[in-house]
Amino acid sequence: MLTKRIIPCLDIKDGRTVKGVNFIDLRDAGDPVELAAVYADQGADELVFLDISATNEKRKTFASLVKRIAERINIPFTVGGGINSVEDVAPLLEAGADKVSINSAAVRNPELIDQLCAQFGSQFVVLAIDARKVDNQWTVHTHGGTKPVDKKLFSWAKEGQERGAGEILFTSMDHDGTKNGFALDPLAKLNQLLTIPVIASGGAGLPFHFVEAFTLGKADAALAASVFHFGEIKIPELKKILIDHHLPIRH
Amino acid sequence: MKIAVIKYNAGNIRSVAFALERLQVDFSITDSPEEIRAADKVIFPGVGEASSTMKYLKERKLDQLIVGLKQPVLGICLGMQLLCKHSEENNTPCLGVFEETVKQFKPDNDHKVPHMGWNSMTTTKGWLGAELNEQFVYFVHSFYVPLTPYTSAITEYTLPFSSAMNKDNFYAVQFHPEKSAQVGVKVIESFLNKS
Repeated sequence: MLTKRIIPCLDIKDGRTVKGVNFIDLRDAGDPVELAAVYADQGADELVFLDISATNEKRKTFASLVKRIAERINIPFTVGGGINSVEDVAPLLEAGADKVSINSAAVRNPELIDQLCAQFGSQFVVLAIDARKVDNQWTVHTHGGTKPVDKKLFSWAKEGQERGAGEILFTSMDHDGTKNGFALDPLAKLNQLLTIPVIASGGAGLPFHFVEAFTLGKADAALAASVFHFGEIKIPELKKILIDHHLPIRH
Repeated sequence: MKIAVIKYNAGNIRSVAFALERLQVDFSITDSPEEIRAADKVIFPGVGEASSTMKYLKERKLDQLIVGLKQPVLGICLGMQLLCKHSEENNTPCLGVFEETVKQFKPDNDHKVPHMGWNSMTTTKGWLGAELNEQFVYFVHSFYVPLTPYTSAITEYTLPFSSAMNKDNFYAVQFHPEKSAQVGVKVIESFLNKS
């Protein structure tokens, strides 16, 4: 049986791992390659690396980091952050990344999804969507979740699928950093609406939140950062709890 | 021991190379017929689309070369599908080492397509052995090889399909051993131990 995936996310700035609470207040949580190796050993099913470096020069360092990760890590991983064009993606895949995630650039230029899928294949393209509820509507935000745009979560996710995206990574900005659980209702609705996998992100605080994301939220995968980085949730223990709840989990 | 990894427009060649580096085996990525023929073992990786890949192989006459190899050959993902006779993907005639036709998954309410993520191998036999039974490996594919007399592991997704096969010197896996953690390492080692 196909299993539900647990995905630690590592935010990278200038080659180091960071994680902001609500995307602000960055704290250093270690060397990305070492941290990734620990997660792979603990049973993480996949990894996501988001480059939040500000400049193009720093981004060149990211490609060399991606290569170091690929040399060391034998599970699939996604890289994202600051991808604006097909040209930005080629060096990352060349360095050994399995997938790329795109976010703000796809909002600005939806054609980018089509171009990336045509060039590299749908399975390489993850559409990341940051959204929060504004006037009772799930509204897409860009720039690390700070800037609302004229797109709604469900129609944008559907459009992303139609343009060829292989997966949707949905982060609820209302839940991110709260540790009160994932945004279950929009997750369940996305799952109903889409035929591509949905990754839940934002709000993990307890192991039970992952149980909810997979059962009530019907997510295919769940992503978290700080609860893993600071050891509040350990992946082997999390997986045991998920198995106890009769969820299909790799062990 | 010298391994040749067949160089073509496949997306996962780099990952396969890193996996071989971690195992500290001597390998080269090559489309030179002499080098491929002279290798002790050949790996035929693959991520991509069937018809354009077959066209690429034919243009370089690698299609006939692969079929004629006598040393152990490992097809991975699209590599496994291309070792079959035909693929439903753009109705493509393939290499024909295995008699099967490669089919497309049909999505339903409980099964999204592509089949992507970790799934288990069951009834492992032959080169994969009992120790890999019920072990999880990583898949990304929309097309599958049905069960055959040459199936060496079965995985279920909408239906049971061949997640690994073996016929004579040809070995094949639908999943990505280079991305399947320690289980994948064991699969690659099982292949490298064949002579």
